[in-house]
Amino acid sequence: MSAVAASGASPLLAVRSLTKLFGSFAACNAIDLEVRPGEIHALLGENGAGKSTLVKMLFGVLAPTSGQILWKSRPVVISSPGVARRIGIGMVFQHFSLFEALTVAENIALSLPPGISLGKVAEEASRLSELYGLPLDPKAHVADLSVGERQRIEIVRALLQNPDLIILDEPTSVLTPQEADRLFETLAKLKAEGRSVLYISHRLEEVQRICDRATVLRHGKVTGACDPRAETPASLARMMVGSDVAAVNAVQVAAKGDVLLETRNLSVPARSPFAVSLKNVCLEVHAGEILAIAGVAGNGQSELFDALSGEFPVADAGTVSIRGRPVGALGISARRLLGAGFVPEERHGHAAVPSLPLSDNLVLARNQSDRRSFLGGGVLGIIRHAAVRLASQRISQTMDVRKSGEDPAAGSLSGGNLQKYIVGRELDRQPAVLVVNQPTWGVDAGAASRIRQALVDLARSGSAVLVISQDLDEIFEVATEVAVISEGRLSEIHPTTTLTREKIGLLMGGMHGRNESGEAAHAH
Amino acid sequence: MRIELEKRAKPSMLLSILSPFLALGLTVIAGGIMFALLGKSPGMALYSFFVEPLLDVWSLHEIAIKATPLILIGAGLTVCYRSNNWNIGAEGQFIAGAIAGAIVPVLFHDWHSPLVLPLMLVFGMIGGALYAAIPAFLKAHMNTNEILTSLMLVYIAQLFLDWLVRGPWRSPDAYNFPVTRDFMPEAVLPEILASGRTNLGFVFALVAAAGLWFMMRYTLKGFEISVLGQSERAGRFAGFSSRRMIWFSMLVSGGLAGLAGVSEVSGVINKLQPIISPGYGFTAIIVAFLGRLNPLGVIAAGLVLALTYVGGEAVQLTLNISDKITRVFQGLLLFFVLSCDTLIQYRIRLVFSRIGRSSEGGAL
Repeated sequence: MSAVAASGASPLLAVRSLTKLFGSFAACNAIDLEVRPGEIHALLGENGAGKSTLVKMLFGVLAPTSGQILWKSRPVVISSPGVARRIGIGMVFQHFSLFEALTVAENIALSLPPGISLGKVAEEASRLSELYGLPLDPKAHVADLSVGERQRIEIVRALLQNPDLIILDEPTSVLTPQEADRLFETLAKLKAEGRSVLYISHRLEEVQRICDRATVLRHGKVTGACDPRAETPASLARMMVGSDVAAVNAVQVAAKGDVLLETRNLSVPARSPFAVSLKNVCLEVHAGEILAIAGVAGNGQSELFDALSGEFPVADAGTVSIRGRPVGALGISARRLLGAGFVPEERHGHAAVPSLPLSDNLVLARNQSDRRSFLGGGVLGIIRHAAVRLASQRISQTMDVRKSGEDPAAGSLSGGNLQKYIVGRELDRQPAVLVVNQPTWGVDAGAASRIRQALVDLARSGSAVLVISQDLDEIFEVATEVAVISEGRLSEIHPTTTLTREKIGLLMGGMHGRNESGEAAHAH
Repeated sequence: MRIELEKRAKPSMLLSILSPFLALGLTVIAGGIMFALLGKSPGMALYSFFVEPLLDVWSLHEIAIKATPLILIGAGLTVCYRSNNWNIGAEGQFIAGAIAGAIVPVLFHDWHSPLVLPLMLVFGMIGGALYAAIPAFLKAHMNTNEILTSLMLVYIAQLFLDWLVRGPWRSPDAYNFPVTRDFMPEAVLPEILASGRTNLGFVFALVAAAGLWFMMRYTLKGFEISVLGQSERAGRFAGFSSRRMIWFSMLVSGGLAGLAGVSEVSGVINKLQPIISPGYGFTAIIVAFLGRLNPLGVIAAGLVLALTYVGGEAVQLTLNISDKITRVFQGLLLFFVLSCDTLIQYRIRLVFSRIGRSSEGGAL
């Protein structure tokens, strides 16, 4: 891609080979970035690409392992958010830190040095909110405000420090399209005043619409720096998700088996302001298939998992079926009894209780499905620890779970080993249907390949597997079919062989129904 | 400057086991200092508070009698607290149980039948459970804080009992004293030992604690309680319902508090009067924590706290110290138990003020 232009005024912010290591894992690997005065600069990338780590270093939340940050051509060390604010960097986080019981003005005053009267804060906030087209009532209680209005508080809070650079982390992910349009107008005003904006997003359309330049990250490295308006969505997507050709499919489906897992027009309203609602999700997973649901995190994946697992049953029983039976209104235990198994994304405190030993965590998932072998004493339901331990050892052996001691606390295992156990716990039952959310998230390469192989083997033996994943490498490695979820809507299901990374990238960026070849290049 | 609690990476195993004993020791030391400040010899006072009651058969029986409600209620509370339901209103459920259990001997005092006592006990349990069902309903369906509702209901129960014994249930033979008529002999819990007043209620307490211990230790229900208490989300994944657990834990602890209430009025007081408890329902909270939220530990803790009641009476008699000393000791004990537990889990750090770090959020 086009090189970083060295022309024009000296950059406001320049980052030179900035690196952040977590253990041996490089979240950011020698990142170069330049933000010029008065530009809106996009930082593009998938989840886990290193965008958040990078901006946290710029805002003083994380300390870089190596590299240099130049602010107005002078090297600076940003040791805390306080320092960042003082030199003129403001930030609006994706998740707000507001007190719901307090008013707008009180919330703003909390971020200012003490000693400024509330009236003065309210006055100043009103002035700024008017100036930048951010309508806000300083006396309103935060609890009564919409997500968009809450975001305005955060923006006004940042503006009160009179920053030269404002960093916005996925600002539109919580906004309605109308709210987003308003935000874009505000950004244009900021730009007109000569302030710079660092705009983090994975939405190609937005980036093309408002950003002057873009830096694209993938796996912690810069894969491109460009003028987004000169690019096509396809080329942006390629930079974002990598351009390698799809790997060979592991599962060869000869003929389609029965539909074992199905949703029909599954719609679920959002449970909280930050949750996503599911809209008319239709999918089918046949015996022997692995359907992957691709998508950027926070687009309805966990809501879909909750509805499929029955942890939060849905009102209309017919919208979810397992092995041909309507199960929408049934809970997770009943669905397990029908032969389904589930692996949630979060290991600690969802798939497992960290303080309990592995054998207890086996009882956690299989207390009803294996009632006969695990429980005795009739109605008393006495747990047969001997039988449970035996099964637990079998799982550890099959999945090569490395642990200290016979039956250690789940929390003492490494992420990869615990994940192998959690997946193995379900595979051990030979489930007819397996739903897995992010099977290898935060797992080392060895464990990841072990888990993927196990999923492929399960499908080969005639089960239906649904994998929700953000990892395109993983999807191309295991999936026979792929659908993409974006803002709670699921795309059509495509056979993996007909897809390219580019096309998935476009679907993930919310470019539904557009042509993969890049005819939408000049979208505005 | 502010004080921060920082979680210790590896809390000492030994200290967590020793914690209740440490707390007990610190309570004794603090108590000694307090006696000294009151101008009494600490050695003497502590001796008559903690040791003397153990040397006398009569006072041993008194300890068992006072431990009975503490163990019954405390054992029920372990179920609540382990499942993350904070029933603070056992005192009210105790009173509700006593009132419900007294329906038979007060309203049907001419009925002489061996059925009277079993019926009273069942009524007592139902009364306590129903009273606990109010905060359970409010929490499960209205998302109300059970700490507040259960606590407020205590005062309602106390005033209701007061009204009953002064009004409709006042004995016609009591010269206007606010008491009900004495229970007929069939309505009195029998004593179990020839040597003193300890009644059948003490056996109920031991059986209830042992039963709950078995449930927590060996059964799926006990597993459900600890999983839901540690992580509601993991509990949901296991197919457990935290809403049903609210009901279960509140009804169990309310039922046991009710049983304690009816046992107290049947076995000890033999009638209803405006005050039937020196705060057993609240002291049982200390018992539950001192007993490490383990029903067997609750038995030991219940006996220790019962000793503070009896010891308090003893120093009142021998040294002429106010009986409020009992509450002070109980308060010290709870304070030291909780602080020992906290300091074993956390270390204290003093943080000197920095520039307001208010706008950094949790985006990862």
